[in-house]
Amino acid sequence: MPKITYIEHDGMIHTVEAEIGATVMETALTNGVTGIVAECGGSCTCATCHVYVDEAWVAKTGEPSPMEEDMLDFAFDAKPNSRLSCQIRVTPELDGLVVRTPAYQGR
Amino acid sequence: MKIERFDAEPIRTDALIIGAGPVGLFAVFELGLLDMKAHLVDILDKVGGQCAELYPEKPIYDIPGIPYITGQGLTEALMGQIKPFGPTFHLNEMVETLERVGDALFRVTTDAGKVFEVKVIVIAAGGGSFQPKRPPIQGIEAYEGSSVFYAVRQMEAFRDKRVLIVGGGDSALDWTLNLAPIASHLTLLHRRDAFRAAPDSVNKMMALVGEGKIDFVLGQVTSLQGDNGQLACAVVKRNDGSTFNIACDALLPFFGLTMKLGPVANWGLKLEGDLIPVDTETFETNEPGIFAVGDINTYPGKLKLILSGFHEVALMAQRAHRYVYPDKRLVFQYTTSSTSLQKKLGVS
Repeated sequence: MPKITYIEHDGMIHTVEAEIGATVMETALTNGVTGIVAECGGSCTCATCHVYVDEAWVAKTGEPSPMEEDMLDFAFDAKPNSRLSCQIRVTPELDGLVVRTPAYQGR
Repeated sequence: MKIERFDAEPIRTDALIIGAGPVGLFAVFELGLLDMKAHLVDILDKVGGQCAELYPEKPIYDIPGIPYITGQGLTEALMGQIKPFGPTFHLNEMVETLERVGDALFRVTTDAGKVFEVKVIVIAAGGGSFQPKRPPIQGIEAYEGSSVFYAVRQMEAFRDKRVLIVGGGDSALDWTLNLAPIASHLTLLHRRDAFRAAPDSVNKMMALVGEGKIDFVLGQVTSLQGDNGQLACAVVKRNDGSTFNIACDALLPFFGLTMKLGPVANWGLKLEGDLIPVDTETFETNEPGIFAVGDINTYPGKLKLILSGFHEVALMAQRAHRYVYPDKRLVFQYTTSSTSLQKKLGVS
């Protein structure tokens, strides 16, 4: 199974196995990554699963859809590598993915 | 003003349902079958709760007997189902205070100044009330209510002020257009040059920028400067990381909504975190006559599913009947075979 590393704002690092087809958000919640809230449960409607994709992985995770880009307006300190983790699906190519959680998920 | 508010004649009914999401709506049905009338209060400007606000177009696959329905579709279906019971909706309102004034009598006030006197309270508030998100700007609390506003109650309050509006959705654009003629200077700040708002509003905003009437700036607010709650300027970070100041008297951030427990926490109910523990026989809280159903309650084995909420309101209504009709015996009946239930549904 692909491995994903979550680096939380407080420095806590979780490297976990991810199921192919699950989202990066779901994988975070099932593994106790507290920096991801996912208030809306993955509907791309709340921007509380905001992550910064490590620069080395930006090309592989791809661009946010227009709808996701709209929701990123509600995220705080959005950067060019910002994504909503509910919109990134785990594929074998993402084995080794590194994402960071922001200081605040806007709740 | 205050005196006028609370001298108002109270609205008297059997049940007040707090929250007009799917579970609150179905509570109207179950109460109605047992001859109890309901009013509903919801902070949103529409019914449906999270179904309507968070996922109107998203499919729901786990409503029994309905293999597939959208949040909006379910809301509309429930509205049709409860129509025979004539519920009254009070939208855009939040229940503020709740006090017991008798054995089975509660007095409730809303932030719009309405007063209710009801026999039972049904809290169906889901994840709490939708409230504006507060941006993570250190010290912003000190300016809230004096220089920082999450909603516009009176446009005149901004006359001749330097106003900074932040966001790229309909709220941000609408208030930009509405306040532009009133403010002495108006700046719209957004992190990118694309907007979620209606294209017509964006065009009108761009026209004002073209005429030099307002400023549109790209960036994100990082901190605020001012004294005693009076804002002097906002420090803004450009996308390249450099910073600059925007002088302003008022800041209006529009960062969408989040769910907060809100005033429910002040009603003296026993809470477990942000949830209300209930008895699973009656779905009553620790206060007799106050029920909690749907996502806001908790009990051993609780699942936050719409279908669980539907079950909960059916049992709730059985107990609520005792408070509304203490002298009447309740006979359990089926809608399929009972002519009296069918009469209430208007189908007999």
